[in-house]
Amino acid sequence: MTAKLSGIAASDGIAIAKSYLLVEPDLSFESKNISDADGEINRLSDAIDKSKSDLEMIKENAKKTLGEEEAKVFDAHLMVLSDPDLISSIENAIREEKINVETALQNATDTFITMFEAMEDNPYMQERAADIKDVRKRVLAYLLGVKLPSPATIDEEVIIIAEDLTPSDTAQLNKQFVKAFVTNVGGRTSHSAIMARSLEIPAIVGTKSITENVKDGDMLIVDGLEGEILINPSESELKEYKKKNEEYAELKKEWDRLVNEKTITKDGNHVELAANIGTPKDLIGVKENGAEAVGLYRTEFLYMDSSELPTEEDQYQAYTKVLEGMEGKPVVVRTMDIGGDKELPYLKLPNEMNPFLGYRAIRVSLDKDDIFRTQLRALLRASVHGNLRIMFPMIATLNEFRQAKTIYEEEKEKLTNEGIKVANDIQVGIMIEIPAAAVLADKFAKEVDFFSIGTNDLIQYTMAADRMNERVSYLYQPYNPSILRLVKFVIDSAHKEGKWAGMCGEMAGDQIAVPILLGLGLDEFSMSATSILKTRSFLLELDTNEMVELAEKAVNDCETAEEVIELVNKYTKK
Amino acid sequence: MEKHEFHVTAETGIHARPATLLVQTASKYNSDITLEYKGKSVNLKSIMGVMSLGVGQGADVTITAEGADEVEAMTGIQETIEKEGIAK
Repeated sequence: MTAKLSGIAASDGIAIAKSYLLVEPDLSFESKNISDADGEINRLSDAIDKSKSDLEMIKENAKKTLGEEEAKVFDAHLMVLSDPDLISSIENAIREEKINVETALQNATDTFITMFEAMEDNPYMQERAADIKDVRKRVLAYLLGVKLPSPATIDEEVIIIAEDLTPSDTAQLNKQFVKAFVTNVGGRTSHSAIMARSLEIPAIVGTKSITENVKDGDMLIVDGLEGEILINPSESELKEYKKKNEEYAELKKEWDRLVNEKTITKDGNHVELAANIGTPKDLIGVKENGAEAVGLYRTEFLYMDSSELPTEEDQYQAYTKVLEGMEGKPVVVRTMDIGGDKELPYLKLPNEMNPFLGYRAIRVSLDKDDIFRTQLRALLRASVHGNLRIMFPMIATLNEFRQAKTIYEEEKEKLTNEGIKVANDIQVGIMIEIPAAAVLADKFAKEVDFFSIGTNDLIQYTMAADRMNERVSYLYQPYNPSILRLVKFVIDSAHKEGKWAGMCGEMAGDQIAVPILLGLGLDEFSMSATSILKTRSFLLELDTNEMVELAEKAVNDCETAEEVIELVNKYTKK
Repeated sequence: MEKHEFHVTAETGIHARPATLLVQTASKYNSDITLEYKGKSVNLKSIMGVMSLGVGQGADVTITAEGADEVEAMTGIQETIEKEGIAK
């Protein structure tokens, strides 16, 4: 019998390939005294040589897949490995203290790591401490004879198996060969899930135990449609899934015909389908999937992919690329949303007990307004290259919005006085993700140009349930009538003031939610680019009047999320 | 022995790129080359040693080269420093 495991289907598609375990090996060792110092020193130089050739290969690979700039970190690693002072201090310790090479390596590197980590006012040095740790790990792995995963050197088709994937893990992956992700933890909104959707590969997250059940090199079938993983499948299963994969490819081809079509419902009602992006590179996916706008440009990657604050010029270039790339179609840019689960080592934000309820997003921007002003200037300068809309994240009170808007107006005036051209039709809106703002949407609507409902956070804040915490994941209920009522109030409030309301959370591309949202009058649906065609083909079949009726029932009559799901199924599967 | 004093002008001080470049240059020569700052002296061929000094913008440092190719070494280092605008 083939072993099966299931999890949360986080990205569509089917993949069949060998597994690649991206799991940290055990690098613990015993400290002991030795007599053969020369032997230990030979082991050291052997391990260093092997590590160096690994790193050379990783560097070359990284240059090709990630670019020169990203590959530089490996140069830093190589220099550490060639450091004469480091090597001689390890050798001296082996000879004089008669300790084994593992211990000597640990001690010598610890000295530097402690020294660099102590330079608290210098984030650059703290990153170097991380480099030394990374290098040490590699050398130790060779000394202990264990295999260190090196995702950058993958050169055959694999399915990545991991506890969880961080942005730095996925940055090293050679995406050409990665066919799917399967992780122990996470939900539809975790990094691995979002990454998989943007790479258009299947992903299953939250399996709890995939890393324990799969060995490196096991053949796997990953069914991202059903959330199922088959470990070492039989011939007939392989055949069955190959066929399923072909059928899915057919369906996708159907959707592909809709790339240049507008999104018109059965009764002729137009809604805007937009894409969420993180970097200018994502525009390729936006085009391929026929998005009518960018509904959410997450600018924090500009800050996260760098070892220092991005300059006004860097930001201006990135924003301009996106605005020009969209050729006049709307682009909603969200100002920096740092904090919460997105840390910036060089900003030195304090560790908090509840980062999601703490110092993040607009709260940081209003406090460190020099950073905020730089971003606004870059945006304002870029505004002449397209149709820019600026959105402030995590707004809780009207005063926060007014403060942010004032800073925006000040920077705009400064630029105008400097003789720099700024577009005069920039819309300024807010993200609705804090229940306090949703409940007061009628007041906000008088002052903002638009709302975009960020459902991932709105749901977790409304339900008081951490969306990353498996134990309370049942509370992540996008279809709960409580959430639907908030959404309805936000949309109605916008319309009353002649403004528009969009949605940029995962819910906007969800098959159960879309019919209700259409019925509630949502103007713009922004989602992962890869969900657009599927959603468009779905919307073509829906009748607005029927969905209005459905939405009314869902909001007024339903008592639970389950009832809402049942109701939607009744309306859409006629 | 070759000895030369520099006033660091690079914005990042002798970190990051400037540190890497100096170490790379120094490593090309056989002479012993040291970097001295605030009474502490380190091997200019050691990236970790150089970074541990924490040389910032505006610092005054001394570089010394001693050995068979000390003249070439100092010339090479001076060239790197000038070309990359690390110090004056």
